[in-house]
Amino acid sequence: MTTLQSGVPSGPIDQKWTKHRFDMKLVNPANRRKYTVIVVGTGLAGASAAASLGEMGYNVLSFCFQDSSRRAHSIAAQGGINAAKNYANDGDSVYRLFYDTVKGGDFRAREANVHRLSEVSVNIIDQCVAQGVPFAREYGGLLDNRSFGGAQVARTFYAKGQTGQQLLLGAYSAMMKEVAKGTVRLFTRREMMDVVVVDGRARGIVVRHLVTGEIESFAADAVVLATGGYGNVFYLSTNAKGCNVTATWRAHRKGAFFANPCFTQIHPTCIPVHGEYQSKLTLMSESLRNDGRVWVPKQSGDTRSPSNIPESERDYYLETRYKSFGNLVPRDIASRNAKMVCDEGRGVNGELAVYLDFADSIKRLGQSTIEARYGNLFEMYERITGEDPYSVPMKIYPAIHYTMGGLWVDYNLQSTIPGLHVIGEANFSDHGANRLGASALMQGLADGYFILPYTLGHYLATAPLDPVSSRHPEFEKCETLVRDRISQLLAIKGSRSVDSFHRELGLLVWDECGMSRSEAGLRRALDKIPEIRDEFWASVMVSGSGAELNQTLEKAGRVADFLEFAELMVTDALERNESCGGHFREESQTEEGEALRNDTDYCHVAAWAFSGDLSKPVLHKEALTFEEVPLSQRSYK
Amino acid sequence: MTKTISLTLKVWRQKSGNASGKFVTYQVPTVDVNASFLEMLDVLNEQLLLKGEDPIAFDHDCREGICGMCGAVVNGQPHGPQRKTTMCQLHMRQFQDGDTITIEPYRARALPVLRDLVVDRSAFDRVVQSGGYVSVKTGQAPDANAILIPKQDADLAMDAAQCIGCAACVAACPNASAMLFVSAKVSHFALLPQGQPERQNRVLEMLATMDRERFGNCSNEYQCGAACPKGISVSNIARMNRDYLSSKMRLS
Ligand SMILES: Cc1cc2nc3c(=O)[nH]c(=O)nc-3n(C[C@H](O)[C@H](O)[C@H](O)COP(=O)(O)OP(=O)(O)OC[C@H]3O[C@@H](n4cnc5c(N)ncnc54)[C@H](O)[C@@H]3O)c2cc1C
Ligand code: FES
Repeated sequence: MTTLQSGVPSGPIDQKWTKHRFDMKLVNPANRRKYTVIVVGTGLAGASAAASLGEMGYNVLSFCFQDSSRRAHSIAAQGGINAAKNYANDGDSVYRLFYDTVKGGDFRAREANVHRLSEVSVNIIDQCVAQGVPFAREYGGLLDNRSFGGAQVARTFYAKGQTGQQLLLGAYSAMMKEVAKGTVRLFTRREMMDVVVVDGRARGIVVRHLVTGEIESFAADAVVLATGGYGNVFYLSTNAKGCNVTATWRAHRKGAFFANPCFTQIHPTCIPVHGEYQSKLTLMSESLRNDGRVWVPKQSGDTRSPSNIPESERDYYLETRYKSFGNLVPRDIASRNAKMVCDEGRGVNGELAVYLDFADSIKRLGQSTIEARYGNLFEMYERITGEDPYSVPMKIYPAIHYTMGGLWVDYNLQSTIPGLHVIGEANFSDHGANRLGASALMQGLADGYFILPYTLGHYLATAPLDPVSSRHPEFEKCETLVRDRISQLLAIKGSRSVDSFHRELGLLVWDECGMSRSEAGLRRALDKIPEIRDEFWASVMVSGSGAELNQTLEKAGRVADFLEFAELMVTDALERNESCGGHFREESQTEEGEALRNDTDYCHVAAWAFSGDLSKPVLHKEALTFEEVPLSQRSYK
Repeated sequence: MTKTISLTLKVWRQKSGNASGKFVTYQVPTVDVNASFLEMLDVLNEQLLLKGEDPIAFDHDCREGICGMCGAVVNGQPHGPQRKTTMCQLHMRQFQDGDTITIEPYRARALPVLRDLVVDRSAFDRVVQSGGYVSVKTGQAPDANAILIPKQDADLAMDAAQCIGCAACVAACPNASAMLFVSAKVSHFALLPQGQPERQNRVLEMLATMDRERFGNCSNEYQCGAACPKGISVSNIARMNRDYLSSKMRLS
């Protein structure tokens, strides 16, 4: 049986990474081109890793399912990226960023990893500026900062409302420079269908060419997964439509443990669902809560238009319940409270929506100030809803946004399959049970630019790697399985669309494993998921063939994997009978209804192994110890 | 009550790059005006699928107007009638009951059709590979605040850098030129100190690649600027042209 070795080096927390970097073996520059590394994913994590490994001289093969690597989901990040630069001179430091992240994650992350993340955060900003990323600046020409939820310092760097876009284009251009040099080769419009393991090590992947339908094999000395999060298991989320669990799930089935799958983040301010046909939810930046006031009518069934509801009949519930943080409580708390008032029937017109009202700010600061701060968001809101938020309060509701869980990795970012490294949102990461705003971009780039290039070198320098070609029998076996699965999907020719299954699954996990989870509900979901899965394999309709551009087939493969993964996510939520961060178990709350952690029984990472039976995953635990930041209950009252 | 409208769609259907294509007409009787354009296509596709027909292939991903993956020509305009709006952000309330809407792929030599509304935009990647970057390696950077950049320059660079690479500019241009795309990248770097060392080479190489990839020439029609969903200004083209001339002169 595999035991989980985190491989965290000994020594004081602020010296672990420095020491470890020295202790790791290096690959001689002249030898690097003899090593082939596959990087799946071209978001911040994958693009930064591919560019850096290419610069070092490795032979890199880069894959993504979009038509260009510049379109990875990272492009959509709005708010900003954290770094402990202390340019604002407000007392920030590597240690404070580390402290805030451990606490914000509700004590379910590895201290040593978080500290390393904070250390390299400062290098990220330097690197991005050198690449020409046009961060916002002050009049003196220096970089500007803003503050974000869960922190009392201004450490967030931003490029208008398009920080993710600019950071990704920086990493993309660094990668294109390597493509021009020939160190990185691009394989776009490819879907990774499986990892190939030879003699216990990850030695390649099998992909489907999304234009021709061809099944292709690629061999390498190591494989890196940077394939993002699984938020789309909920169907409606703020993620891009193509975000999927396929790559990590297939790796899981090959032996990579899946850690904390129930840790999912719900963002409180998204445009509410408005119709059956709805395909995704749109985020309205967290920054809006700085000037907007959240409220609902005091009486359920009050369907008057908001302007006709007098002050005395409005409930500004966050301001009343959380006197010191008010509208700026962390994401999980704001989300749960919105759900509570809507469950009481007090949502706008009895629907799942609450008001985010700017009337007071407009009166106080003038419309032009609000326009300067949030103009682009107000415009987007109006485009989508057809309502003018300057005159009518915005309607918002929480939505799935980010997944803290992911493949388990050790300190070197290696999964339980030797040679398979996992970076970015795809790993179970440094965010514990809740991620702070502006920290996902930081983690993706930390992994790709500054951590993986070292740890992967160590792996290559020390692992016994016999030459393996893509004609090895393991590849052929894998290709056959992939082809069979595609044929099976195409042969069903049933009566239900792929989306109808995805919607059904999404609604189920949203109801039972979303903002609030109970034993009874989770058990209901565990009964229902295998039924939906069986129904899918009996009656899904996939038209066309496998030998062409077939978007229905692409979706069907992804939904089939979500239908397997969902069961693990719910099992994990049931297993963890405590509330922490984004995971709220109704059985574990304080008298005031706040999340109650249970450190005696659950101060661990839950890492699940695939047993061959989808309903019987095997749980392994990595105990977490907190030597620097003492365990304490969060309070935002 | 949600309002619905009834539409006639004329959609370009083409099975593959080599196949010939044609317009096919579909009636969509109850379109919710709050749906996005792509959601309207989703609903139609679901109906086609259940009838055993192939759904209409179209590229999309973020559906938030930022990834640049979506895009087709709607009633003669790339991304459709609403200004500064990508096709995924276009909503059906922009149309009237009884409208006929024509939807076809971008048409340009450099952007061959792969299927239905899906085109191959990899030429854009190759243009970037020829110089759309600053040659700095990971680890070589000085402290971020060691490089001072006047706010006005940073803001202008940001305006240019906002390009989402959707190729609407090429589709809008009568010559299928990529000048707006290339000039946005060239300007982004030309406006920043980090972009100076490679400034001359960059503009020459990127324009040479643009030609090689069979994009057309610019004849100052400025359709590109009007079609751009991000409002990238055509003044970037003028800036690039100045850079191009001075770089050429200095080299000769
Ligand atoms: C609307 C929104 C706003 C956000 N704003 C912020 C913010 O302000 N600050 C912040 O820190 N974080 C933010 N986040 C979170 C952050 O954007 C993501 O966590 C982060 O970008 C993930 O990066 P990544 O590189 O791990 O993966 P991604 O960017 O998701 O990239 C995944 C890559 O993997 C590829 N891929 C996936 N599956 C396969 C497969 N099967 N085969 C082949 N290729 C595959 C894709 O093609 C893609 O290239 C936001 C998220 C959303 C949804
Ligand atoms: S789908 Fe991303 S811009 Fe339209």
